[in-house]
Amino acid sequence: MGDHAPVTDWATDFDHTDDAWAADPYAIWSQLRESCPVAHTTRYGGAWLPTRYDDVAAIAYDTERFTSRSIIMSEFRPPLAFAPEGIAPPISSDPPFHKESRRLLLPIFSPQAIDKLEASTRAYCEELIDQMRGRDIVDAAADYAQHIPVRVIADMLGLPESDADRFRGFVNHVLEGVALPLEQRAEGMMALFGYLMEHIEDHIAHPRDDLISFLLQSERDGEKLDPFQVVRTIGLLLIAGIDTTWSAIGASLWHLAGHPADRERLVAERAILPLAMEEFLRAYAPVTMARLVREDMDWNGCPMKAEEWVLLPFPAANRDPAAFEEPDRVIIDREVNRHAAFGLGIHRCAGSHLARMELRVALEAWLDAFPSFELADPDSVRWSGGQVRGPRVLPVRITTPS
Amino acid sequence: MKVHVDQDRCEGHGRCYATAPSVFAPDDLGNGQELGDGTVEPEDERRARLAVANCPELAISIEDPITTGDAG
Repeated sequence: MGDHAPVTDWATDFDHTDDAWAADPYAIWSQLRESCPVAHTTRYGGAWLPTRYDDVAAIAYDTERFTSRSIIMSEFRPPLAFAPEGIAPPISSDPPFHKESRRLLLPIFSPQAIDKLEASTRAYCEELIDQMRGRDIVDAAADYAQHIPVRVIADMLGLPESDADRFRGFVNHVLEGVALPLEQRAEGMMALFGYLMEHIEDHIAHPRDDLISFLLQSERDGEKLDPFQVVRTIGLLLIAGIDTTWSAIGASLWHLAGHPADRERLVAERAILPLAMEEFLRAYAPVTMARLVREDMDWNGCPMKAEEWVLLPFPAANRDPAAFEEPDRVIIDREVNRHAAFGLGIHRCAGSHLARMELRVALEAWLDAFPSFELADPDSVRWSGGQVRGPRVLPVRITTPS
Repeated sequence: MKVHVDQDRCEGHGRCYATAPSVFAPDDLGNGQELGDGTVEPEDERRARLAVANCPELAISIEDPITTGDAG
């Protein structure tokens, strides 16, 4: 992950691209929560890391003092000229601009709209499963989980499925290439937007029934959206919809592969799947967001400087013992589970209903086909670092019922 | 018992209508709304209370009936 020096002191020099963070961030967050609940680093031009639920929530709600102009921490800060809509509206937008650009997306991602995508998602999961049958060991992350959101989002947006490898390359660069030098980082962004712009121009010439055409026909204040806003929103949907869901599906399968009692119970009592899913989302929440400090200030004793980053580790908030009983235990029928896996406040993940549908269908299809499976080689499991955490290498032994 | 979703606080997580679909439903944006006037049938009370406990935005309030002489 880049060429950063290894972290030796997490309270004063944290780095979310460090191998230790990818391997087990929970131990780091737990220790910080007790010793230094808001950690700092001078890396990335200065950044803060709250680990308590209440602090993460307070910053998520404080859109006055913390801007969403950039939500991925790296050496690259988008120019101020991008405000108020930001580089990828609405996730990068602040009030009051935020509200209307989010409103455009919400009906497309409402539960009612997402229901219509369930049958095709299930068919695709089953297609992937058919390709795995008969094998002894499969990679649940690489052979299964990663393909599902790519296919679903490509269909929704109106991008060719045959470009799946390219999407994953773009997403990987944006989310995991955060330790790269500024020039390389900017080049990667330009490649993504260049690719999308070609498809948007094609949609302008040949409108069709998909999300790109819908956004191109949408209006804001009585005027059609600028294609440059459309390209940035499409970029957001592509990036936000792939690694995140892939991670949630993979982490859930990883848990079940390593905890036979939970797996057996879920197979026997399918009715608890909704509770189990929320518990996987709590315990293995994939997404950490970021904000930028708007102006110099003292925040609860922390001397925050303008343009410093603040990471919002919702996964750490979800493990705070002040907010959850036995937070480090995965209880698959946990009923009271007010987790923040999809964020809090005005930037609640707009795709959360889609993500939940994909996660549910992916788990149902997998459990139907492979009720019995286990980690084939626990030491070879690899997790991504950075702001989206999930298994990227996940070999499991599947036993197909005879 | 009655419930009410504060539309200024709701951000559309959908935990209420997933937990208690006979008490809450989504609007076109995915925000949660109580059905009817928010009156909860006795058999739905447990689910309604769980929905309240699971709302990430603490957007749902409960109004318990004030016990009066003619209660029951």
